[in-house]
Amino acid sequence: MEDISKQFKGLTRRKLTFLVLLVAGLFCVAFVALTLGPASVGFKGSFEALLGGSGTAHAIIWKLRLPRMVMAILAGSGLALAGTVFQAILRNPLASPYTLGIASSAGFGAVTAIVFSAGFCSEYHIAGSAFIFALISSFFILGIAKLKSATPETMILAGIAIMFFFSSLSSLFQYMGTMEEVQEIVFWFFGSLSKVGWGEISMAGAMILLPAPILLKWSWDFNLLAGGDDSAKALGVNVESIRRYGIVLASLVTAGAICFTGVIGFVGLVSPHITRMVIGSDHRFLLPSSMLIGAILVLSADIVGRTLWAPQVIPIGIVTSFIGVPFFLYLLMKRQRDYW
Amino acid sequence: MLRIKGLFFSYKKTEVLADIGLKLRKGEVLGIVGPNGAGKTTLLRCIAGISKPEKGSVLIDDRDVFGMRRTDLAKRIGYVPQTGPSKFPVTVFETVLMGRRPYISWRPSENDLKVVADLLRSMDLADMALRYFDQLSGGQKQKVLLAKAFAQETDCLLLDEPTGNLDLRHQMEVMEMISTMAKEKGIAAILAMHDLNLTSRFADTILMLNNGRTFCIGAPDQVMTRENITSVYGVETEINTSNGYPYILPIRPVGQTVDSGQRAVDSKK
Repeated sequence: MEDISKQFKGLTRRKLTFLVLLVAGLFCVAFVALTLGPASVGFKGSFEALLGGSGTAHAIIWKLRLPRMVMAILAGSGLALAGTVFQAILRNPLASPYTLGIASSAGFGAVTAIVFSAGFCSEYHIAGSAFIFALISSFFILGIAKLKSATPETMILAGIAIMFFFSSLSSLFQYMGTMEEVQEIVFWFFGSLSKVGWGEISMAGAMILLPAPILLKWSWDFNLLAGGDDSAKALGVNVESIRRYGIVLASLVTAGAICFTGVIGFVGLVSPHITRMVIGSDHRFLLPSSMLIGAILVLSADIVGRTLWAPQVIPIGIVTSFIGVPFFLYLLMKRQRDYW
Repeated sequence: MLRIKGLFFSYKKTEVLADIGLKLRKGEVLGIVGPNGAGKTTLLRCIAGISKPEKGSVLIDDRDVFGMRRTDLAKRIGYVPQTGPSKFPVTVFETVLMGRRPYISWRPSENDLKVVADLLRSMDLADMALRYFDQLSGGQKQKVLLAKAFAQETDCLLLDEPTGNLDLRHQMEVMEMISTMAKEKGIAAILAMHDLNLTSRFADTILMLNNGRTFCIGAPDQVMTRENITSVYGVETEINTSNGYPYILPIRPVGQTVDSGQRAVDSKK
C-alpha cells in the first residue's frame, strides 16, 4: 500500500513545516526583543537603526539590544542542542546540561577564570576554563556509566553530585572572596545577558555553531541509539565513538552557551521535551527544532525579564526558573503516554 | 555461508563460551537451546560482531566478521535482540525504517520507504504503522522488531528469543514468518530459544549448549532425546514424534521423588 508511504511522507512534510514556522517565530520574537526597552525606539526606528544610520537609536540597537538578542539566541539554542544530544546519547530523558552537572562545572570554570585573573582575562580564558571543567565532569559521568553500567537514575545522581560539588566550591569562593568578586559570582549565578559584547558573542557563537552541523550529521545514529546499544551496533553505528565524541561536543556547546551568561536553567531539559511532543524523535528534525525552541524560550524569558519590572532587569536565570518550574509540572500532569 | 570455528569468549575472568563451531547454509534454520546462562545470547552477539571473541573466527561468506566495516556487516547479518526502543516516542514505521540505516545516508529513498511499507503490510502491521511503538502489545512489538530485521535485507538473521513474551498465536505466526523467509528468500536464521517444542518443529538443525560448550548438534530428532534433556536441563521428559518432529513433554525435575501435585498439598499443612 503506497498509502503508508504517503502517510509517512505527509508526516515528514508536517515536521518540515513546523521547522519553518519555528524559524518565522524566532524572527518575530527577536524583533520584539529588539524594539523593547526603556528607551523607546519604536518599530520603525529599530528597523532603520538596524540597517544603517547613526545617532542614539543606532547605538542602542547595535551596542545594547542586538548583542543581547544574539546572545540570548545563542545561549538558548546551545543549551537546547546540548540537552537533546545528552538525552539521546545517554538514552535518558532526564539528562540535561544541568542535571548532569556539566553546566555547573563549566560555570565554575568560568567563575575561576574571572576571579583568579583579576580583570586581566580575555574571553578566551573564560571560555577555555569553562570547557575544560565541562569536559572533566562529562568524562566523570561517562566513566561512571561504563563502570557501573549505569541506569538513567544513576547518571542523574552522579550529575547532581557534581552539581553540588561545584556549587559548594563556588560558595567557598564567595566566602573567601572580596566584595567585588562575590558580587560578580552571585550575579553570574543569576544569569545575565547584560554584559556581553561582540567579542564574547563570537567566541560563544563559534563554540555552539561549529559543533552543531557535526551533531546534526549524526542524527540517524542518535535515532538508532534509542533502540539499544546492541541493536545500534548491529545496524552499523559505532556506539563507543558516537558517545565519546558526542559528549565532548555537547560539553563544548554547553560551555559556550553559559560561560558568558551564567546560569540559565531548565532550557536544556525542557526544550527537547516540548519539541519531542510535537515533532517526535527523529533527530534530523528534533535537533534543529529543539535549538529554535530553546532560542525562543530564552528570548521570551528575556523580554519578560525586561518588561515586567521595567526599568529594572530581572536576571535571565531567575525568569527561566520561574517559567520552567510550573511548565515542567504541567508537562508531568499532562503526560498521556508512559514515557517522555 | 556462515562458518564458526573454535570460538572462545570470556567476560572479565569467567569463561562464557568454549570451543564453539558450526556451519550454516543458505535457507537453513538453526535453533540454539540450552539452560539460562548457557551462553546463547553471548554466542549470538559474537556472531553479530558485537562482542569480540578471544579466540576463533566467525566467517560470513569467507569474510571475517570482525574485519569488516560495520555498515557492510549490517547489510549481511541482521540481529534482533530481545527488547526494542523505549523511553522516547518512536512510531512503528520509524522503528522498521531504522533497519534500513545501512542503506540510508540522510534521506530515506523511495525504495527504503517501499521496503518498509511492503513489510508492514505483509506482516499485518499496516494499521499501526503510525502508532507509537511503546503502545503496542508484546506480540505486536516482537513482530515490529522482526520487520526491522527483515528490512535490513540480509542473508543471515540472528534472533534472540523471538517468541519470548508471546501468546500462542503470535508464537506460531512469528515462527512461521521466519520459516517462510528462510525457505522463500534463502535467508539463514539462527534462533536462541527457550521453547524446545517450537525449536524442534521449525529448526533444521539444533545446537544444544551447556555451560558454554556444545553439548550436541544435529537434526531435531537426534538432539531432542530424553538423555540429552536430562543431562542438560535436569528434567525428565517423555518424547513422542508428532507430524515428523519430536514432541517433548516435561514430566518432572530430576531428583524430585514426590509428584508435584501432592507436594503442593503437603505444604499447606
